[in-house]
Amino acid sequence: MKFGVVVFPGSNCDKDMIYVLKEILKQEVVELWHKDTDLQGVDFVVLPGGFSYGDYLRSGAIARFSPIMEKVVDFANQGGYVMGICNGFQVLCEAGLLPGTLKHNNSQTFICKNVWLKPASNDMALTANLDTNKAYQIPIAHGEGHYFADDATLAELKSNNQIIAYYSNSNAEVLDSANPNGSVNSIAGVCNAGKNVFGMMPHPERAADENLGNIDGRAFFESLLKNLVPA
Amino acid sequence: MTFTAEIDIMPQKALLDPQGKAVSSSMTNIGLAEISGVRIGKHISLQVEAASEEAAKAKVEEACKKLLANQITESFEFVIAQN
Repeated sequence: MKFGVVVFPGSNCDKDMIYVLKEILKQEVVELWHKDTDLQGVDFVVLPGGFSYGDYLRSGAIARFSPIMEKVVDFANQGGYVMGICNGFQVLCEAGLLPGTLKHNNSQTFICKNVWLKPASNDMALTANLDTNKAYQIPIAHGEGHYFADDATLAELKSNNQIIAYYSNSNAEVLDSANPNGSVNSIAGVCNAGKNVFGMMPHPERAADENLGNIDGRAFFESLLKNLVPA
Repeated sequence: MTFTAEIDIMPQKALLDPQGKAVSSSMTNIGLAEISGVRIGKHISLQVEAASEEAAKAKVEEACKKLLANQITESFEFVIAQN
Protein backbone atom coordinates (compact mmCIF):
# COMPACT_ATOMS: atom_id res chain seq x y z
CA MET A 1 0.00 0.00 0.00
CA LYS A 2 1.27 3.43 -0.91
CA PHE A 3 0.11 6.15 1.49
CA GLY A 4 0.14 9.90 0.84
CA VAL A 5 0.12 12.24 3.85
CA VAL A 6 -1.10 15.74 2.96
CA VAL A 7 0.88 18.62 4.44
CA PHE A 8 -1.02 21.90 4.85
CA PRO A 9 0.56 25.05 6.30
CA GLY A 10 -0.12 24.46 9.99
CA SER A 11 -0.28 20.65 9.90
CA ASN A 12 1.61 19.36 12.93
CA CYS A 13 0.87 15.63 13.11
CA ASP A 14 2.12 14.84 9.61
CA LYS A 15 5.55 13.62 10.79
CA ASP A 16 3.99 11.37 13.47
CA MET A 17 1.66 9.86 10.88
CA ILE A 18 4.50 9.27 8.40
CA TYR A 19 6.63 7.70 11.16
CA VAL A 20 3.88 5.27 12.15
CA LEU A 21 3.00 4.28 8.59
CA LYS A 22 6.63 3.91 7.50
CA GLU A 23 8.53 2.70 10.54
CA ILE A 24 5.90 0.77 12.51
CA LEU A 25 3.65 -0.52 9.74
CA LYS A 26 6.36 -0.75 7.04
CA GLN A 27 4.30 0.94 4.34
CA GLU A 28 5.46 3.16 1.49
CA VAL A 29 4.66 6.83 2.30
CA VAL A 30 4.96 10.08 0.35
CA GLU A 31 4.22 13.63 1.45
CA LEU A 32 1.64 15.55 -0.56
CA TRP A 33 2.11 19.34 -0.37
CA HIS A 34 -1.13 21.34 -0.24
CA LYS A 35 -0.21 23.21 -3.43
CA ASP A 36 0.41 19.99 -5.38
CA THR A 37 -2.20 18.68 -7.75
CA ASP A 38 -0.70 15.21 -8.23
CA LEU A 39 -1.57 12.40 -5.81
CA GLN A 40 1.54 10.48 -6.99
CA GLY A 41 -0.37 7.27 -7.51
CA VAL A 42 -1.10 6.67 -3.81
CA ASP A 43 -3.67 4.08 -2.72
CA PHE A 44 -4.60 5.91 0.46
CA VAL A 45 -4.61 9.61 1.39
CA VAL A 46 -4.23 10.73 5.01
CA LEU A 47 -5.11 14.24 6.20
CA PRO A 48 -3.17 14.70 9.45
CA GLY A 49 -3.93 16.71 12.55
CA GLY A 50 -2.84 20.27 13.13
CA PHE A 51 -4.14 23.77 12.55
CA SER A 52 -4.30 24.08 8.78
CA TYR A 53 -4.28 27.73 7.70
CA GLY A 54 -4.29 28.71 11.36
CA ASP A 55 -7.87 27.43 11.77
CA TYR A 56 -8.90 30.81 10.32
CA LEU A 57 -12.64 31.26 9.72
CA ARG A 58 -13.47 27.69 10.89
CA SER A 59 -11.23 24.65 11.32
CA GLY A 60 -10.69 23.10 7.91
CA ALA A 61 -12.71 25.71 6.02
CA ILE A 62 -9.80 27.13 4.04
CA ALA A 63 -7.80 23.90 3.66
CA ARG A 64 -10.81 22.40 1.97
CA PHE A 65 -10.26 24.69 -1.04
CA SER A 66 -6.49 24.09 -1.37
CA PRO A 67 -5.29 22.69 -4.74
CA ILE A 68 -4.53 19.19 -3.40
CA MET A 69 -8.02 18.88 -1.88
CA GLU A 70 -9.66 19.18 -5.27
CA LYS A 71 -7.77 16.00 -6.26
CA VAL A 72 -8.52 14.32 -2.93
CA VAL A 73 -12.24 14.97 -3.40
CA ASP A 74 -12.14 13.43 -6.91
CA PHE A 75 -10.11 10.49 -5.58
CA ALA A 76 -12.59 9.87 -2.75
CA ASN A 77 -15.59 10.19 -5.06
CA GLN A 78 -14.05 7.48 -7.26
CA GLY A 79 -13.82 5.17 -4.25
CA GLY A 80 -10.25 6.01 -3.18
CA TYR A 81 -9.41 5.61 0.51
CA VAL A 82 -9.06 8.78 2.57
CA MET A 83 -8.66 9.18 6.33
CA GLY A 84 -8.65 12.43 8.30
CA ILE A 85 -7.45 12.60 11.89
CA CYS A 86 -8.46 15.56 14.07
CA ASN A 87 -7.98 18.62 11.81
CA GLY A 88 -8.08 16.17 8.88
CA PHE A 89 -11.56 15.10 10.03
CA GLN A 90 -12.62 18.76 10.15
CA VAL A 91 -11.32 19.27 6.59
CA LEU A 92 -13.25 16.22 5.33
CA CYS A 93 -16.48 17.49 6.89
CA GLU A 94 -15.96 20.96 5.40
CA ALA A 95 -15.25 19.34 2.02
CA GLY A 96 -18.57 17.51 2.20
CA LEU A 97 -16.85 14.11 2.03
CA LEU A 98 -18.17 13.25 5.48
CA PRO A 99 -21.56 14.15 6.96
CA GLY A 100 -21.88 16.55 9.87
CA THR A 101 -19.44 19.07 11.27
CA LEU A 102 -17.21 19.76 14.26
CA LYS A 103 -18.14 22.52 16.71
CA HIS A 104 -16.27 24.08 19.63
CA ASN A 105 -16.00 21.72 22.60
CA ASN A 106 -18.84 22.31 25.06
CA SER A 107 -16.25 23.33 27.65
CA GLN A 108 -14.91 26.05 25.30
CA THR A 109 -11.43 24.81 26.15
CA PHE A 110 -8.76 22.92 24.25
CA ILE A 111 -8.68 19.36 25.59
CA CYS A 112 -5.51 17.28 25.43
CA LYS A 113 -5.80 13.92 27.22
CA ASN A 114 -6.20 10.18 26.83
CA VAL A 115 -9.77 9.03 26.26
CA TRP A 116 -11.37 5.62 25.74
CA LEU A 117 -13.06 4.60 22.52
CA LYS A 118 -15.57 1.81 21.97
CA PRO A 119 -15.66 0.75 18.29
CA ALA A 120 -19.24 1.06 17.05
CA SER A 121 -19.25 -1.80 14.56
CA ASN A 122 -16.97 -4.04 12.51
CA ASP A 123 -18.58 -2.87 9.32
CA MET A 124 -15.66 -0.94 7.79
CA ALA A 125 -11.98 -1.60 7.10
CA LEU A 126 -10.90 0.68 9.95
CA THR A 127 -12.80 -1.28 12.59
CA ALA A 128 -13.25 -4.73 11.03
CA ASN A 129 -10.66 -6.35 13.32
CA LEU A 130 -11.42 -4.35 16.46
CA ASP A 131 -13.34 -5.67 19.45
CA THR A 132 -16.63 -3.77 19.83
CA ASN A 133 -16.81 -4.77 23.51
CA LYS A 134 -13.41 -3.36 24.33
CA ALA A 135 -12.30 0.19 25.09
CA TYR A 136 -9.18 1.43 23.29
CA GLN A 137 -7.17 4.19 24.91
CA ILE A 138 -6.39 6.91 22.37
CA PRO A 139 -5.36 10.55 22.93
CA ILE A 140 -7.37 13.55 21.84
CA ALA A 141 -6.04 17.10 21.39
CA HIS A 142 -8.60 19.54 20.05
CA GLY A 143 -10.63 22.67 20.69
CA GLU A 144 -13.26 21.96 18.07
CA GLY A 145 -14.14 18.31 18.38
CA HIS A 146 -17.83 18.37 19.22
CA TYR A 147 -19.32 16.25 16.45
CA PHE A 148 -22.69 17.54 15.30
CA ALA A 149 -25.18 16.31 12.69
CA ASP A 150 -28.95 16.66 12.44
CA ASP A 151 -31.29 13.87 13.55
CA ALA A 152 -31.93 12.55 10.03
CA THR A 153 -28.19 12.30 9.36
CA LEU A 154 -27.59 10.58 12.70
CA ALA A 155 -30.28 8.00 11.98
CA GLU A 156 -28.68 7.31 8.62
CA LEU A 157 -25.19 7.01 10.13
CA LYS A 158 -26.50 4.50 12.62
CA SER A 159 -28.51 2.36 10.23
CA ASN A 160 -25.63 2.21 7.70
CA ASN A 161 -23.05 1.44 10.43
CA GLN A 162 -21.07 4.56 9.53
CA ILE A 163 -20.05 5.40 13.09
CA ILE A 164 -16.43 4.46 13.74
CA ALA A 165 -16.35 4.69 17.54
CA TYR A 166 -18.00 6.25 20.59
CA TYR A 167 -16.29 7.94 23.52
CA SER A 168 -16.65 5.53 26.44
CA ASN A 169 -15.23 4.75 29.85
CA SER A 170 -12.49 2.15 30.32
CA ASN A 171 -15.16 -0.59 30.45
CA ALA A 172 -16.46 0.32 26.99
CA GLU A 173 -19.63 1.84 28.48
CA VAL A 174 -20.85 4.85 26.50
CA LEU A 175 -21.80 7.40 29.15
CA ASP A 176 -22.27 11.18 29.07
CA SER A 177 -19.61 11.44 31.76
CA ALA A 178 -17.09 9.89 29.34
CA ASN A 179 -17.91 12.29 26.52
CA PRO A 180 -15.05 14.82 26.54
CA ASN A 181 -16.40 17.48 24.19
CA GLY A 182 -20.20 17.19 23.98
CA SER A 183 -20.27 15.24 20.71
CA VAL A 184 -23.80 14.23 19.79
CA ASN A 185 -24.40 10.56 20.73
CA SER A 186 -20.74 10.49 21.95
CA ILE A 187 -19.57 10.05 18.35
CA ALA A 188 -15.77 10.21 18.00
CA GLY A 189 -15.58 9.46 14.27
CA VAL A 190 -17.62 8.58 11.19
CA CYS A 191 -17.15 7.23 7.68
CA ASN A 192 -19.00 7.97 4.46
CA ALA A 193 -21.71 5.76 2.96
CA GLY A 194 -19.16 4.16 0.61
CA LYS A 195 -16.97 3.27 3.65
CA ASN A 196 -13.85 4.57 1.91
CA VAL A 197 -13.60 7.94 3.71
CA PHE A 198 -12.91 7.93 7.46
CA GLY A 199 -12.67 10.78 9.95
CA MET A 200 -12.02 10.75 13.67
CA MET A 201 -10.97 13.31 16.29
CA PRO A 202 -8.78 10.97 18.44
CA HIS A 203 -5.18 10.34 17.32
CA PRO A 204 -4.42 6.62 16.85
CA GLU A 205 -0.98 7.57 15.45
CA ARG A 206 -0.06 8.88 18.90
CA ALA A 207 -0.70 5.46 20.40
CA ALA A 208 1.12 3.16 18.00
CA ASP A 209 4.73 3.05 19.16
CA GLU A 210 5.72 0.79 22.09
CA ASN A 211 8.16 3.43 23.30
CA LEU A 212 5.18 5.64 24.14
CA GLY A 213 3.69 3.03 26.44
CA ASN A 214 0.38 2.57 24.61
CA ILE A 215 -0.21 0.77 21.34
CA ASP A 216 -4.02 0.70 21.33
CA GLY A 217 -3.99 2.95 18.25
CA ARG A 218 -1.98 0.46 16.25
CA ALA A 219 -5.02 -1.85 16.13
CA PHE A 220 -6.87 0.70 13.98
CA PHE A 221 -4.05 0.82 11.42
CA GLU A 222 -3.63 -2.96 11.43
CA SER A 223 -7.36 -3.41 10.84
CA LEU A 224 -7.12 -1.00 7.90
CA LEU A 225 -4.17 -2.79 6.33
CA LYS A 226 -5.82 -6.20 6.66
CA ASN A 227 -9.13 -5.12 5.21
CA LEU A 228 -8.38 -2.54 2.53
CA VAL A 229 -9.39 -3.60 -0.94
CA PRO A 230 -6.72 -2.31 -3.36
CA ALA A 231 -8.17 -0.23 -6.19
CA MET B 1 -19.32 49.30 -9.46
CA THR B 2 -17.94 48.45 -6.04
CA PHE B 3 -20.21 47.39 -3.23
CA THR B 4 -19.52 46.77 0.44
CA ALA B 5 -21.23 43.87 2.15
CA GLU B 6 -21.60 43.68 5.92
CA ILE B 7 -22.19 40.04 6.83
CA ASP B 8 -23.34 38.58 10.15
CA ILE B 9 -22.81 34.89 10.77
CA MET B 10 -24.58 33.46 13.81
CA PRO B 11 -24.88 30.03 15.39
CA GLN B 12 -28.27 28.61 14.41
CA LYS B 13 -30.97 29.42 16.93
CA ALA B 14 -31.77 25.80 17.74
CA LEU B 15 -28.18 25.04 18.71
CA LEU B 16 -26.42 25.55 22.00
CA ASP B 17 -23.88 28.36 21.77
CA PRO B 18 -21.51 27.48 24.63
CA GLN B 19 -19.49 30.67 24.16
CA GLY B 20 -22.60 32.82 24.41
CA LYS B 21 -23.81 30.82 27.38
CA ALA B 22 -20.52 31.32 29.23
CA VAL B 23 -20.58 35.06 28.55
CA SER B 24 -24.25 35.20 29.56
CA SER B 25 -23.55 33.71 32.95
CA SER B 26 -20.61 36.03 33.57
CA MET B 27 -23.02 38.98 33.29
CA THR B 28 -24.11 38.18 36.84
CA ASN B 29 -20.47 38.49 37.93
CA ILE B 30 -20.28 42.08 36.72
CA GLY B 31 -23.58 42.97 38.34
CA LEU B 32 -25.71 42.82 35.21
CA ALA B 33 -27.98 39.89 36.02
CA GLU B 34 -30.67 41.53 33.86
CA ILE B 35 -28.72 40.55 30.74
CA SER B 36 -29.22 37.08 29.31
CA GLY B 37 -29.45 35.26 26.01
CA VAL B 38 -26.00 36.23 24.73
CA ARG B 39 -25.20 34.63 21.39
CA ILE B 40 -21.88 35.14 19.69
CA GLY B 41 -21.17 35.06 15.97
CA LYS B 42 -18.89 36.72 13.46
CA HIS B 43 -19.07 39.93 11.51
CA ILE B 44 -17.34 40.01 8.12
CA SER B 45 -17.12 42.98 5.80
CA LEU B 46 -15.91 42.77 2.22
CA GLN B 47 -15.86 44.58 -1.11
CA VAL B 48 -17.32 43.15 -4.26
CA GLU B 49 -17.10 44.33 -7.87
CA ALA B 50 -20.34 43.79 -9.77
CA ALA B 51 -22.43 45.30 -12.56
CA SER B 52 -25.49 45.71 -10.34
CA GLU B 53 -26.60 45.39 -6.74
CA GLU B 54 -28.42 42.22 -7.69
CA ALA B 55 -25.23 40.66 -9.08
CA ALA B 56 -23.25 41.77 -6.03
CA LYS B 57 -25.82 40.14 -3.74
CA ALA B 58 -25.58 36.88 -5.69
CA LYS B 59 -21.79 36.83 -5.31
CA VAL B 60 -21.91 37.53 -1.57
CA GLU B 61 -24.57 34.85 -1.15
CA GLU B 62 -22.32 32.36 -2.95
CA ALA B 63 -19.32 33.34 -0.77
CA CYS B 64 -21.42 32.81 2.37
CA LYS B 65 -22.75 29.45 1.27
CA LYS B 66 -19.47 28.04 -0.04
CA LEU B 67 -16.97 29.38 2.44
CA LEU B 68 -17.92 31.99 5.02
CA ALA B 69 -20.68 30.11 6.85
CA ASN B 70 -21.09 26.42 7.64
CA GLN B 71 -24.80 26.03 7.10
CA ILE B 72 -25.01 22.91 9.24
CA THR B 73 -24.49 25.06 12.33
CA GLU B 74 -24.53 28.69 11.22
CA SER B 75 -26.94 31.08 9.55
CA PHE B 76 -25.96 34.27 7.78
CA GLU B 77 -27.48 37.57 6.73
CA PHE B 78 -25.96 40.62 5.11
CA VAL B 79 -26.63 44.15 3.92
CA ILE B 80 -25.03 45.54 0.83
CA ALA B 81 -24.43 49.13 -0.30
CA GLN B 82 -22.68 50.75 -3.22
CA ASN B 83 -19.43 52.49 -2.23
